[in-house]
Amino acid sequence: MGMTITEKILANAAGKDKVKPGENIWVNANVLMTHDVCGPGTIGVFQREFGKDAKVWDKEGVVIIPDHYIFTEDKTCHRNVDTLRDFVNEQDLPYFYDPADETYSGVCHVTLPEKGHIRPGEVLFGTDSHTCTHGALGMFATGIGNTDAGFVMGTGKLLIKVPPTIKFIINGIFEKGVIAKDVILKIIGDIGVDGATYCAMEFAGTAIEALSVEERMTICNMAIEAGGKNGIIAPDSKTIEYVRARSTKAFNCFESDDDADYQTVCEYNAEDFVPVVALPFSPDNVKPVSEATDVKLDRSYIGSCTGGKLTDFVMAAELLKGKKVSIDTYIVPSTVEVADALNKVSIDGKTLAEIFIEAGCIEPSLPSCAACLGGPVDTFGRCNNGEVCVSTTNRNFPGRMGSKDSQTILASPYTAAASAITGCLTDPREYLK
Amino acid sequence: MSNIIKGKAFVVGDNIDTDQIIPAQYLSLVPTIPEEYEKLGSYALIGLPDEHTTRYIADGEIKTEYSIIVGGKNFGCGSSREHAPISLGAAGCKAVIANSFARIFFRNCIATGEVYPVEIEAELNQEIKTGDEIEIDLENKSVKIIASGKTCKSKDLGAVKAVIEAGGIFDYARNSGMIPKK
Repeated sequence: MGMTITEKILANAAGKDKVKPGENIWVNANVLMTHDVCGPGTIGVFQREFGKDAKVWDKEGVVIIPDHYIFTEDKTCHRNVDTLRDFVNEQDLPYFYDPADETYSGVCHVTLPEKGHIRPGEVLFGTDSHTCTHGALGMFATGIGNTDAGFVMGTGKLLIKVPPTIKFIINGIFEKGVIAKDVILKIIGDIGVDGATYCAMEFAGTAIEALSVEERMTICNMAIEAGGKNGIIAPDSKTIEYVRARSTKAFNCFESDDDADYQTVCEYNAEDFVPVVALPFSPDNVKPVSEATDVKLDRSYIGSCTGGKLTDFVMAAELLKGKKVSIDTYIVPSTVEVADALNKVSIDGKTLAEIFIEAGCIEPSLPSCAACLGGPVDTFGRCNNGEVCVSTTNRNFPGRMGSKDSQTILASPYTAAASAITGCLTDPREYLK
Repeated sequence: MSNIIKGKAFVVGDNIDTDQIIPAQYLSLVPTIPEEYEKLGSYALIGLPDEHTTRYIADGEIKTEYSIIVGGKNFGCGSSREHAPISLGAAGCKAVIANSFARIFFRNCIATGEVYPVEIEAELNQEIKTGDEIEIDLENKSVKIIASGKTCKSKDLGAVKAVIEAGGIFDYARNSGMIPKK
């Protein structure tokens, strides 16, 4: 019996020839990522357990990216970034993206690949559940808590259970207007928010191969919304080209064996997908947009690690060009690189930023996680009242974007843009003909 | 940890996510700072919708009177924030009984030792109401409703039991010689 890509990466990281689902193994980490929300607690655990003078296991392996609560007046949030900075100076860590200077980047899950911290075949632990994003580049990446992260920080190792794999094969060509967000929402709707608990979610097939690296990231990003331990896509020439442009380190590309053992294999035809939304209050409450057009909106929000990458804004701009929005529309680039690109990338002679402003969107914000998870009350775009918000983000449980009275509807950037024009949920295909 | 956990139950439904356990606006509190740990406890389950008229932490209190939470499927889904099990533990919760747990929440319970995650088949949250007394017997893997005397089996913890018994991942690793003793 062969192995899946996830099993091969974990076997390699454990120094074993073979591993099986359910087996508990110690694996070596290549990268540990933490941010301003979980970093101070992780450092607290690290110092409590290894001593005040302890050193991290590998300076090159620790990446610290403040991104959650940056543009706020909240003093505790500022103190947390100071805690990270003090630790970085004390430990002399090379990778810290500091909000106080030009190294600031923004959302960790977009920063990591942009800055060359993601390589196929490696193991990444991050103190954020959306760490699963990075499986899109053929690595094992998963979210952990502060205590486990404190352990990794000191030892470079973690005891983990090898997950069984569910394989999703999608062959064919997606219709114009159907994009990665629709694909992963449909899958979560089919299997439920606990449909892949403890499992690896492997995505394959000609429709997945045809997606850009950023679109693949959108799919793996939401594996956690089905309970998955990791999402993963085998690396190909697009992956290698993306990584080579950003990292000089050597890496290994793994792929699943033909006779690998899967818990389940789900096959889809790309042609059967349509634009969908997840209605309140669960990411698996999925419906075709065309069946939810009676839902009236107060706000449209385009941003986050899930839906605030350059590709997401290019698609939103493609739809909004020459149109006017009828509701408050928030443009929240995930990183500085994406924010800069909004002023450089153009469609028919107009930059993306110009297209958004002419359409009546609120001026693009500074890059951060912003209102995706609510955050401090002065967070840009936070739903502080009973707003109904269509959003390219990843979760819509009660109170996710702020007030418990608000409602979040998850959608693709195309759908969020089309819905911003009409003020009701709108199938973007009507504007893309 | 004692093998018997006895106390009043607080009953919730399926998919209680980490934003309901501890909403993001409180995540600036750092759990390893003692006074902030206590504060996190005072906000435990504050994100539950207002239909829950009985609150986990009563108005004006900082601790809960319910040491056992009884949920349905997929308890603790959502974020990897360790603030979630920590806020429950800091509030005075000893155990969460559920039909299933989200992976990271379960793992964070084990790693921190804040609350004991007890998985059961029976839909206990449909049978009892908030305030009912419950007894969990960890050794015999059973859960008893005190008023009726009815018991149900809880699932075996499997390989993770060794980590819990050692007292968390650090002690587990110290016992096996992987990291030096403190």
